[in-house]
Amino acid sequence: MTLLRELWRALRGMLETLGAVVLFLVRMLAATPAALMRIGLVVQQVYNAGALSLVIIMLCGLFVGMVLGLQGFDLLQRFGSEESLGTAAALGLLKELGPVVTALLFSGRAGTALASEIGLMRATDQLSAMQMMAVDPVRRVCVPRFLGGVIAMPLLAAIFSGIGIFGAQLVGVRLMGVDAGQFWSQMRASVEIDDVMEGVIKSCVFGVACSLIAVYEGFNSQPTAEGVGRATTRTVVISAVVTLILDYMLTAVML
Amino acid sequence: MRQTRAIEFSTGLFALLGFAALFFLVTQITNRDIRFGESGYRLQAKFDNIGGLKVGAPVAMAGVTIGRVEAIEFDSTDFKAAVTLRVESRYNQIPEDSDASIYTAGLLGGQYIGIGPGGSETYLKDRDQIEFTQSAIVLENLISKFLFGLAGKDDKGEQDGATAEDTTQ
Repeated sequence: MTLLRELWRALRGMLETLGAVVLFLVRMLAATPAALMRIGLVVQQVYNAGALSLVIIMLCGLFVGMVLGLQGFDLLQRFGSEESLGTAAALGLLKELGPVVTALLFSGRAGTALASEIGLMRATDQLSAMQMMAVDPVRRVCVPRFLGGVIAMPLLAAIFSGIGIFGAQLVGVRLMGVDAGQFWSQMRASVEIDDVMEGVIKSCVFGVACSLIAVYEGFNSQPTAEGVGRATTRTVVISAVVTLILDYMLTAVML
Repeated sequence: MRQTRAIEFSTGLFALLGFAALFFLVTQITNRDIRFGESGYRLQAKFDNIGGLKVGAPVAMAGVTIGRVEAIEFDSTDFKAAVTLRVESRYNQIPEDSDASIYTAGLLGGQYIGIGPGGSETYLKDRDQIEFTQSAIVLENLISKFLFGLAGKDDKGEQDGATAEDTTQ
């Protein structure tokens, strides 16, 4: 009986959190038009979330592509179809690795920064001070950061995939001796525009999810040093789990 | 002020890079060329079976790609696949008694339409139909033909092979 009650309590807690997140999203969307009036703040956050993540995204994209080139070559060689390496690498990067790894890196690089920044604002009473001055902290602080993440994510994922394909080409063609013409022509012949779009849609969804989680966790963190740390940790963990779950669902829908 | 400009500059650079990557993915990785207005002319061909032919597959003559498959529809009046081909306008001298066949590129490659030239002096025009077509070779049909032909070789192999082909078609 107590077990059942515990279960019910846990379930209710989860539902309450979900509801709070959804309400927070609605509140931010309602404040979006007003926040767009001050476009400079959004640009600043695109810089924070996107431009500052650029180097790590490019570096990881290159190495993920190179690993894909090695592994793909080894796998395809067993079937005697190394020429399909381009197709395999491009599809893998565009549809899965690009959006997912970018989302994971994004939540680690930009999501934590957002959560700790907003959490620290909360801990140092900056958010309360804004409220005192009749400035809506959601509009002034949260929405620009959320929008910055949502805008940056698809672009980062596209850069990741593009660099990754070059990485795969580098290893496959230069190192493993796959014919460059075969690599590119097979890739072009079998990759459809829908595949690219699938990746773009995925990265948009992940961008919304990861930014929302980061901003929500920061905004609702305990106003203590420990609370800020916990909010940062939770951001990474929850973002990673949600990204992977959403990835499965989106793949199942769009396949 | 100086710092704001720097931030705006690098944000712009980032956005440019992102859209360039997206553009690269859309135009270079896929086989879709960005086309400004439709070019070329259309030809129709009806096939009994198109196998795995897809929209966007190449149309080749002597191995050179001269166009693409634009649309594939099922014609419910004669139960055939009506395939629309778009051929580039510079290849406008295809004899009207040419034939269209569906081939496979390599063992596991995609399928494409190969056009074999006829001997006629008049050429195909926009919206003309290619009369002579040959369906895709369906591997199962080929295997069953071969197997049945082999099994019944000692008595009535020819007949068996023929019926197997008829029922599967």
